[in-house]
Amino acid sequence: MVLRGRAAIVGIAEYPHQRRYTGPRKFTLSQWAELTRMALDDAGLRASDINGIVCSDIRESGMFTPATVVEYLGQPVNFAERIDLGGATAVGMIWRAAAAIELGICDVVVCALPSLPIPSNPTPQPFNPAVWYQSSSPNWGSPQAEFDIPYGNLAQNCGYATIAQRYAAQYGYDPRAMAKLVADQRASGALNPNAAFFGAPVTPDDVLASKIIADPLRMLEIVMPVAGGGAVVLASAEVASRCKHRPVFVKGFGEHLTIKTPTYAADMCQTPVGPASRQAFGMAGLTPADMDVAEIYDCYTITVLLTLEDAGFCPKGAGMAFIRDHDLTCHGDRPVNTHGGQLGMGQAGAAGGMTQVVEAARQIMGRADARQVRDCHNAYVSGTGGVMSEQSALVLQGG
Amino acid sequence: MTKPLPQPTPVTQPFWDGLLEQEIRIQHCRDCGAWVFYPRSHCRRCLSDQLDWRVVSGAATLYSFTITRQPTAPFFADEVPQRLAVVELAEGVRMTSTLVGIADADIHIGMALRPVFDPVSADITMLRFTAATPATAAAVSHTEDRMT
Repeated sequence: MVLRGRAAIVGIAEYPHQRRYTGPRKFTLSQWAELTRMALDDAGLRASDINGIVCSDIRESGMFTPATVVEYLGQPVNFAERIDLGGATAVGMIWRAAAAIELGICDVVVCALPSLPIPSNPTPQPFNPAVWYQSSSPNWGSPQAEFDIPYGNLAQNCGYATIAQRYAAQYGYDPRAMAKLVADQRASGALNPNAAFFGAPVTPDDVLASKIIADPLRMLEIVMPVAGGGAVVLASAEVASRCKHRPVFVKGFGEHLTIKTPTYAADMCQTPVGPASRQAFGMAGLTPADMDVAEIYDCYTITVLLTLEDAGFCPKGAGMAFIRDHDLTCHGDRPVNTHGGQLGMGQAGAAGGMTQVVEAARQIMGRADARQVRDCHNAYVSGTGGVMSEQSALVLQGG
Repeated sequence: MTKPLPQPTPVTQPFWDGLLEQEIRIQHCRDCGAWVFYPRSHCRRCLSDQLDWRVVSGAATLYSFTITRQPTAPFFADEVPQRLAVVELAEGVRMTSTLVGIADADIHIGMALRPVFDPVSADITMLRFTAATPATAAAVSHTEDRMT
């Protein structure tokens, strides 16, 4: 696979992430327009430069989403995608945009994942119990509806918990190492004004004292839902040379999907991010050791542990020791989730994965302020959707 | 609160019919020999549509589990702590289920399990699992009471 690595992230935008949103409510389409304007301004581009968009679901329309977004923005495009990869959506957006730019289909592509509350509908809507099912579909004929949900195996917590239990049986488990991972990330998040946990670090003891939700996962090892969202604009190298900031080139990418429900994974502890990351590093001609930062999708601590192993930052089964042996904070020897991760930012739905992309770009652009990693040129980013069922990886490099 | 129950489809009906008769019927591919679960129209290995139903013993091992301290959805509040299991049948296929009649301290990955047929309605019997050896089947659950 050949990628010339000539498409770059040139602008970023991010809403402050808040547990209780204090700003005005806005429709998703309005947030799309606002984030697009912010990202274009950041890059030094104009609205009329846009000729591609990549979106995901919007609250106002269940279908024809790309056309609805394009019409609202008022910008005709040559390339439009809608991505349905849960937490891997952001990374999935970036590589598709980069591939389209490299093919010459377009040269300025906006990828946005807005997730602020929308205005309350003046016509009261009946309660929809679908919210309880989260990532599991209750529709008739859905395998989840028939073979998982009736047993109580639904949503995300129990799936990740069973993966962690299986890991413990195969490789051993150190709750204190997992607690340290949270504490390291929250230390970085405490320095991030966009994070829900800005100014609020925790200790490993705090994590171990938080209640167990589903064995072995404790509350502080699980993301907190927040309002937020973010966007990036990608451009060709030619356009990037006219933009304000150091371009962040997409040098490698990968994506791998295997299952929906972890019950059916061939091996719960060998996750799809492995093949995705090998492809990404192979394309870039770089290795995990070359990465100055790793922005790893972190819905749960176990997600980070398995990604560190399967992406090759450490051998299989050595993840707990890796976490114990390294300082993973933004000022440590092995910076992981320098923005706090989603454990520090809070998780704004499927927009959560965009925080990892935005932070990687911010670090390479040299704009991470108190969290800036010195001489940051290469970044690894991962995205995880469902329950380790669909995963994507990026290798980014400063121009 | 009414719990969500399985709604069989034309493809999956034989599986649920089997459970009503306390029989575990799993699909087997006539073309490539793969065992297939959950039931499908096509083989998950070779995509053949030549799938036969075979009765299996239900002998299984525990692949993984979790014990929830909070209900996974409001419907399951009365089951907390839920003992959610991923079970591997002797034929190699895995299924989602729950564990019954085993003390929490005795639950361990790799343990041998046997099936428990749990009639939850006139049309649906759910397939749960308990320890294969009576030594670890410490408590008798209400589910097993219902069976007798």
